[in-house]
Amino acid sequence: MATRAPDRPAVAPRHRSERFSRQLVHRLDVKASPYAYVTPFLLLFCAFGLFPLVYTAWVSLHEWTLLSDVHEFVGLDNFAFLLGDEYFWNATFNTVSIGLISTVPQLLLAIWLAHLLNRPLRAQTLFRVTLLLPNVTSVVAVVVIFSQLFGRDFGLINWVLSWFGVGAIDWNAGTASSHVAISTMIMWRWTGYNALIFLAAMQAVPRELYEAATIDGASGFTQLRKITIPMIKPTIVFVVITSTIGAMQVVAEPLLFGTYSPTGGPDRQYQTLSLFIYENFAKLDFGYASAISWMMFVFIVIAAGVNYLLTRRSGGNLT
Amino acid sequence: MIARLGAGRTRTLTYLTLIALVFFSALPLYYSLVVASRDNSALADVPPPLWPGGNFFANVARVFDTVPFALALLNSVLVAGSIAIAVMFFSTLAGFAFAKLRFRGRNALLLITVATMMVPTQLGIIPLYLIMVKLEWTGSMYALVVPALVNAFGVFFMTQFLSRALPTELLEAGRVDGCTTWGLFWHVVLPVARPAAAVLGMLTFMSAWNDYFWPLVVLTPENPTVQVALSTLAAGYVSDYALSLTGTTLGTLPLVIVFALLGKQIIGGIMQGAVKG
Repeated sequence: MATRAPDRPAVAPRHRSERFSRQLVHRLDVKASPYAYVTPFLLLFCAFGLFPLVYTAWVSLHEWTLLSDVHEFVGLDNFAFLLGDEYFWNATFNTVSIGLISTVPQLLLAIWLAHLLNRPLRAQTLFRVTLLLPNVTSVVAVVVIFSQLFGRDFGLINWVLSWFGVGAIDWNAGTASSHVAISTMIMWRWTGYNALIFLAAMQAVPRELYEAATIDGASGFTQLRKITIPMIKPTIVFVVITSTIGAMQVVAEPLLFGTYSPTGGPDRQYQTLSLFIYENFAKLDFGYASAISWMMFVFIVIAAGVNYLLTRRSGGNLT
Repeated sequence: MIARLGAGRTRTLTYLTLIALVFFSALPLYYSLVVASRDNSALADVPPPLWPGGNFFANVARVFDTVPFALALLNSVLVAGSIAIAVMFFSTLAGFAFAKLRFRGRNALLLITVATMMVPTQLGIIPLYLIMVKLEWTGSMYALVVPALVNAFGVFFMTQFLSRALPTELLEAGRVDGCTTWGLFWHVVLPVARPAAAVLGMLTFMSAWNDYFWPLVVLTPENPTVQVALSTLAAGYVSDYALSLTGTTLGTLPLVIVFALLGKQIIGGIMQGAVKG
């Protein structure tokens, strides 16, 4: 093979102008191409992410249905009606109730499971994979499966409870029982996921702290309370806030548990805020549904803010 | 010595708890398999059936007769697949720019991206539907794919990964060798980003496969995704749990298999994304 070095002198006459244009291209490349790389993301994101958020506010100020092309501006009328709507307050109560029943035990359990996994164990991978298995299952599958388990007459759960002399519970019918059933579905799906996030944070805590504590004779539980929890505080704040946001948006579980009815049970006993939005959306009352969306957003900001302050303050004594 | 004994007992307790965890995580899935493999009338038995029966394939045939399940599977594979590929590509591209390139407004844009990760998606669902009506995309898969081509989480995830894993010296060396920025992206960034992008792709595929509310809003039962078909099945045949749980088993199985094979990497990705900086 006869490879030859390129003859350099051949390009010499056009040297200056070529170097100049190459520098220009280079400068353009360095200055402009970053924008080209983020533009596809930003464009799509603005069109389908940010714009709808802002537009919701605009729609909420109108009498807006899909049936008519005329959208009358009504100012804050939708919001005024909303505040006097008992269905709205019912949905708010259900959302908060289901949110508390599902989130509080879930996060405590997740921290404890992460604590158990945060030590040398056999079959570590098996346990971690199993933790996430429920999260891989879709919401639809989870609700269908649990609707069967929570069945009044032939459900597995009532069967097990009957060993302890508990009569057949109609889980779907009562307010408290339906909230427990729906919260169980949410917990089953999300506990393991949150445990993994806690575990990731726990693994970043320096080992020496635990070694020193063990020498001082601190029990596992004391170590969890005095070392682990203060050290992973930022992650706890993060998980509490994302769980709050998630809990405020629960919709698929009550919708499917009520076999597709957007009222969340015949007496609206488990209609959440998101389901209330969907009910009005299905009635094509977009203006009102948008107003509910904005109220929900306000609630989310308040709930996230309160939780942020609470979790930051409590137990922050790393001494 | 006493401490050792105590440690041994804690150990046993730990294993027992974790085994209980495995039991409760797997039980609902196992039981849905039991129901799916039975005749519906067998569910009225006391005690309820606890072992799989022989009716699974008959039930599968009934699922395919009741809803357009083959179409649903095809739709879901195409939708989740194209979303995953697009998110991987655009997130790596934008993540590279955010992590390693200097440009005006970079920090502000990144901050906005992170902030909007916290905003609930359902807030925008009504205008999003109005947009789809305008574009005449309701009932079509475009309505699912196009809004999901990018997301803030993906960009944040890749930015985090690349700012840690991609050595700036490597990029400088590439520049000295005369690489353009695109050349750097293609020859230097992509190979480094591959493992994280793969995890992001799997996470995106799973969440797109399982997405329910938006497809329900914008699609019709005649042209569904798997989740929409499953909910039709569950809603129309309330008491026929054998049928609806056969459907959920079929819809969940592909993901569970993927997860069983690649679970370790997926978990690594979730845990990596959780620890910031």
